[in-house]
Amino acid sequence: MADSANAPKPSSSVKLVLLGEAAVGKSSLVLRFVNNDFQENKEPTIGAAFLTQKCNLPTRTIKFEIWDTAGQERFASLAPMYYRNAQAALVVYDLTKPTSLVKAKHWVAELQRQASPGIVIALVGNKLDLTSDGSGSGGDADSAGDDSGDARKVTTEEAKAYAEEEGLLFFETSAKTGYNVTEVFTAIANAIPETSLKSARGAGASHAASRTEEQRVNLNGPRDPNAKEGCAC
Amino acid sequence: MAREAQAPSNDNAITDDNNTGELPPPLPPRRQLSHEGALQVAPAQSKPTTAVSSIDISTLSFPDGSRGTFSTSRVASASASGHATPSREALGYAAGGGDFNDSMSVMSFAPTLRPPGDLASLVAGEINRKSRAWMLLRSQSASVQPFKSVEPDAPKGLPGFHTEFDDIPDYDAKGTPTADEDRLALWKSKMKHYLILSSAGKPIYSRHGDLSLVNSYMGIVQTIISFYEGAKNPLLGFTAGNARFVIVTEGPLYLVAISRLSESDAQLRGQLDALYMQILSTLTLPTLKNIFVHRPSTDLRKPLEGTESLLSSLADSFTKGSPSALLGALECLKLRKSQRHSINNTFLKMRSDKLLYGLIVAGGKLVSVIRPRKHSLHPSDLQLIFNMLFESGGIKAGGGENWIPLCLPAFNNSGYLYMYVSFFDGNPENTSTEPVQERAEDDEDEIAIILISTDKESFYDLKEMRDNVAQQLNKSGSLAIIKAAAKVGRLPISAIAPGAQISHFLYKSRANVQFCMPSLEPAFSGPAKMVARRRLMSLYHQLHASMHAKHSHLKVLHCVAADAASLAWVTPIFEFYCVAGPNVSRAIMAQGANKILQWAKREEERLFIIGGGVF
Repeated sequence: MADSANAPKPSSSVKLVLLGEAAVGKSSLVLRFVNNDFQENKEPTIGAAFLTQKCNLPTRTIKFEIWDTAGQERFASLAPMYYRNAQAALVVYDLTKPTSLVKAKHWVAELQRQASPGIVIALVGNKLDLTSDGSGSGGDADSAGDDSGDARKVTTEEAKAYAEEEGLLFFETSAKTGYNVTEVFTAIANAIPETSLKSARGAGASHAASRTEEQRVNLNGPRDPNAKEGCAC
Repeated sequence: MAREAQAPSNDNAITDDNNTGELPPPLPPRRQLSHEGALQVAPAQSKPTTAVSSIDISTLSFPDGSRGTFSTSRVASASASGHATPSREALGYAAGGGDFNDSMSVMSFAPTLRPPGDLASLVAGEINRKSRAWMLLRSQSASVQPFKSVEPDAPKGLPGFHTEFDDIPDYDAKGTPTADEDRLALWKSKMKHYLILSSAGKPIYSRHGDLSLVNSYMGIVQTIISFYEGAKNPLLGFTAGNARFVIVTEGPLYLVAISRLSESDAQLRGQLDALYMQILSTLTLPTLKNIFVHRPSTDLRKPLEGTESLLSSLADSFTKGSPSALLGALECLKLRKSQRHSINNTFLKMRSDKLLYGLIVAGGKLVSVIRPRKHSLHPSDLQLIFNMLFESGGIKAGGGENWIPLCLPAFNNSGYLYMYVSFFDGNPENTSTEPVQERAEDDEDEIAIILISTDKESFYDLKEMRDNVAQQLNKSGSLAIIKAAAKVGRLPISAIAPGAQISHFLYKSRANVQFCMPSLEPAFSGPAKMVARRRLMSLYHQLHASMHAKHSHLKVLHCVAADAASLAWVTPIFEFYCVAGPNVSRAIMAQGANKILQWAKREEERLFIIGGGVF
């Protein structure tokens, strides 16, 4: 432990995909995580954006390769291309919009059915700054135009219960204030089993990984030809 | 004002008389480049750009070395201009040219300006008869910049244009909802509207106002259009007050442009076509058709979700005035031929098998293109790509690398291509070739690399190609050259044609479908920059409409109005439009035009991409 500070930590890359309804704040979360920045009225993502960011853990460095996908319905058929072989997924919904949680549940189901077995999924409720318990740090501008000051429509309990049921990590965040954003990515980095990392030096303990591989039926193979047919409409 | 009153008796067009065969054109020697600015006392006849007589003869050197002689009898050109320029007349343009203006230019001789050599002989006798005060007055008026004489509140001064792009607020400053009447008044005050609706009357897009505000107008528009459709006599356009309505029907879509900016029907139609292309680019034609075949009452807003900003940035570029859209041409980054050649070669050498088109673009100007031999890139497709990357914030703001499915309708309107986009850091000191993840806003010299493939799985192939290209360009110094050239931007007109009194020009190379123009500084900058720019673009739009009016067959057109003088010149090789102050004579303008055309000919291989890299 003591000498690990001097020796270069093992580093490995992790493919992470963001999914969720349009305008829930996927790109804003990424922008906060990668550049520690926030833009009001950000224009919608078109297609998908690919970004990278390192995450330092005590014992290793994780290099996230992030696929930030567009949430519009017409891009849905392209999603398999992005979550295929992904080791982690961030499924985002908007705390102020119940339909976005419904959409998030659909994405979780699709990931569990078709993504790599062992994928780490985090359920993230964004826009905490619009709620009355919104971390209290600066998120005062009530840009949603809601008079009550609390625009929350999805309770923490409801989402948390669902997340526990499905075995997902769960966070409520604000990309605007930055609250909990880094924590999401750190938690994902910690949750990824060491064995599934394609680390150059992680030669040991690869036997644990194969166990999880066998538990799930890999639907990825047969799905592929279908995915090719899909278009972005 | 006096000139305007006199105007109708003068002609304003110089037409090509070569076709008649009656007058064998005189062939004066070609004007030489070297004697610019030097006083030359020589017979006026040997000066190709000036002729002052009751029959105007001007001989102009084309940049390709040939010459054309344009002689005009009053009668002939009056009829020609009558055909070509109804709109200009209506807009209060005074015709210029003729003896009156040429004598004006003689007066405008001033010690501060280098006298054009070919005027020297004319000036010599005349000038001493005028008093000093008169000379001073004339010398000042000659240097008046275009549009400076018009009051900002006059109709031509575009009052209210500076708020054209402001949102119509739902809430006022205090947070109380704005009254519908106020919002409607704001909506009506806009000078330009674009409405898109389905033939069933469902609203799809409106540039201004949310759809609840304009819903009833959409209904009216649909009723009017479908009435004419029902009568098998489709409505193409109409005028109400000072607004021109133009309608384009594309299958299940109605597109309507409403303009008070004096654009021609053809130009508005072109703009609507571009918006339609943007919709196709999102959906593809078969998908669009399918949607409406199965359910004619579909709300197309859902499938188009997220593209409103692309439509709006496209619409706004038209409202601001886009030379690229007007000319249907692209602008290139000025580079040495050898430099561009080396960039092309690097690009070609690193080419991935998956690549269809590869582009390097700096601040909306093309740097390099590579393409397969059998496919060329259509300007209207590139316009959509440039709009997405440089005008609308969606991609710029996101950062990172992008993988975008899109349809290029002019290439193939039935399927998607996949576009890899990443930006380089525009800062010349930064030598990193990593894709930028964080960019300064409002950066004019961003350099983007765009790689287009037909294979949606080819992201990592194209990413690898991009990394290789970036590394090579950086190693060879080409990246630094591109950055430096992008930073320099467009040349000021004083560097292109020193001494010419032309304030701005557009030059389109017809063969290359590309154009160039000088910097808008300093004549069209300042606090009212957007308005000055729009007036310049309006003038170009009017010139362009006159030159391209059906049955006009105009080659050269010279207009003088109270606020500016302008010259348009179209040959099979180029289209040229230029603008000068209202007191600049035709001879001086023609001379300046020649200087610019010679410059364009000389610099052709630097200004334009000729052929590009082909594989």
